[in-house]
Amino acid sequence: MSKDVIIKVENLCKLYGKNKAEATELMKRGADKDTVYKKTGVTVALWDVSFEVERGKIFVIIGLSGSGKSTLIRCLNLLTKPTSGKIYFEGEDIQKFSKQQILNYRRNKISMVFQNFGLMSHRNVLNNVAYGLEVKNVPRQLRENKAREMIALVGLDGWEEQAISNLSGGMKQRVGLARALASDPDVLLMDEPFSALDPLVRREMQFELLSIQSKLEKTIIFITHDINEAFKLGDTVAIMRDGKIIQIDTPERMSARPADDYVREFIESADKTQILTAKHVMIRPKCLVKPKDMPSQAIREMGANDVSTAYVVDDKMKFLGVITIDDAILARDKNLPMPSLIKTDVYTCHEDTILSEILSIAAKSKYPLAVLDSQGKLKGIISKAAVLSSL
Amino acid sequence: MKDYLLKFPDAWQFDVNDVIDNGIKAFSRNHREFFNIIKKGVVFSIHGIKDFLSFIPWWLFILIIVLIGCRVSRKKHVGILYGAMLFFIGSAGLWDHMLQTLSIIIASVVLSVLLGFPIGILLALKKDAERIVRPILDLMQTMPTFVYLIPAVMLFGVGITPALMATTIYAIVPMIRLTSHGIDQVDKEVLEAATAFGSTTLQTLVKVQIPQALPTIMTGVNQTIMMAMSMVVTCAIIGAEGLGMEILVATNRTEMGKALMPGISIVFIAVILDRITQGLVGDRERMPNE
Repeated sequence: MSKDVIIKVENLCKLYGKNKAEATELMKRGADKDTVYKKTGVTVALWDVSFEVERGKIFVIIGLSGSGKSTLIRCLNLLTKPTSGKIYFEGEDIQKFSKQQILNYRRNKISMVFQNFGLMSHRNVLNNVAYGLEVKNVPRQLRENKAREMIALVGLDGWEEQAISNLSGGMKQRVGLARALASDPDVLLMDEPFSALDPLVRREMQFELLSIQSKLEKTIIFITHDINEAFKLGDTVAIMRDGKIIQIDTPERMSARPADDYVREFIESADKTQILTAKHVMIRPKCLVKPKDMPSQAIREMGANDVSTAYVVDDKMKFLGVITIDDAILARDKNLPMPSLIKTDVYTCHEDTILSEILSIAAKSKYPLAVLDSQGKLKGIISKAAVLSSL
Repeated sequence: MKDYLLKFPDAWQFDVNDVIDNGIKAFSRNHREFFNIIKKGVVFSIHGIKDFLSFIPWWLFILIIVLIGCRVSRKKHVGILYGAMLFFIGSAGLWDHMLQTLSIIIASVVLSVLLGFPIGILLALKKDAERIVRPILDLMQTMPTFVYLIPAVMLFGVGITPALMATTIYAIVPMIRLTSHGIDQVDKEVLEAATAFGSTTLQTLVKVQIPQALPTIMTGVNQTIMMAMSMVVTCAIIGAEGLGMEILVATNRTEMGKALMPGISIVFIAVILDRITQGLVGDRERMPNE
């Protein structure tokens, strides 16, 4: 079966500055980016980039900041005009498009998700998602129906009328994703979409993206600086450095045969960034009591929060132990002082403890783990379920 | 020491006063028809506004301001305070003067917004235009008002027409600046998003840039109103009736008591207009919908 190539990029270059001809000459003679900048004042953002993207696949471009990956992805929908080189979409040279053709291309074929979401704060969720349809004059009823469908797809149903400012980072990017999917494009450009999110939400979003992808089978061009993300999502991964692509391969082959030391180092850094610690998975304890509180007060607190254990802290949040609802009732009925009933045999861990270590402790513990900082203050708690689900 | 080193030499000094005066006079004589039409238009509109304001009974006027005050501040006592301020102006015998002053301010603010808003947008979108217009704006704000009051009087005679012109020249600047600034500071990624989804330049402007800039633009309207307020006494010098004229007359006769009441009235009007327009800005920011 022959490959179904949807986007093809040939010898793409992008230079910023006045003296482009001289810079091009220098680059051709093999000068590096810094030398060219010093001699001509021209910044080489992309140099001789070529690749093909197959329909329905996820193509990940990875590189450090300044490697040209954002410039590259912006060339694909002509937000940035390339200096030289060709970009073909389904065999057509997009740089030969007329103004109207470019509009149609952006409206129907290719859409984009942004690192900082690029949402319009004056519109609610529904109208943000419908934006792409609105600019191509889809009637209101139709575009709102489509937008609602997309909002449901990314799991935000019920949030249609909310203001963007009321959403968390992860939810904002779901809106960004729904907006990009609403015009039913063939290609989705994603410019570090999950970089602004915290690690747990990022994992959730990666999972979400893969599950949406399995339903819709879009072509996705995904930019990241996180090699774990690249390997997790990418059918093909291209690694960039100083405006050039160093290696394009499947994740498996790339880790087996890195093209050079730079790629090797990049891959080795993978395991280090993967580390999650206690503070990433802990939640705030719902119910806190103080030793001087009355037992009846502790019972009320636990009842109101629907928990059977309360965490006992002193005035400075220093962790003392836990008290169960049974013990609290006992204390109230027998009129015993609270401090005598505090259980101190609770497993605790430091907020920087690595998750894999927590796993063994969590398995033994009867109550959710107490997470402490270096001064012994209670920062949060971790349930067994939280540890297991994040691994 | 030579004389010309100590004192700026007479031979190098020039005098264009007569040339300019005669030029403007001739210009005004040759285009009398044209300036008369403008004058008639201005007088007609300002009298129209004044007549409309006078048509509203004083108690209804106060009631409307109380209601608007309650609405934008979300506090009952604030609205009532505004009402009390207006009541004070009325009981000081200055109600009619206030309406006169208000009508000039309303006319110049409307004119400033109508002209300043498109100019501001143009400046934000065309960087070449900005390079030319920005120094002109600086000039308009720093040039002492009297300097352009004189030609305005020469062209339109004394009265409300030159007053409106002078007030507008002075008050339009923040409208232009803040409109332009508001559009400039729209988040780059939001603009990219608009483009990436296939918006035309006009769609981006109307659906993204202007709504995103609206809080800043509203601040511009607020500033324009405040600037127009500050011109009230200056305008009285060229014969615009109203609170300013009362102050001017009192100043000429050094009657402190007579100047104080219109002075306080101007402060009250400024406070009410400022708080209400600022409240509208806040409202906009709170509203998530289109």
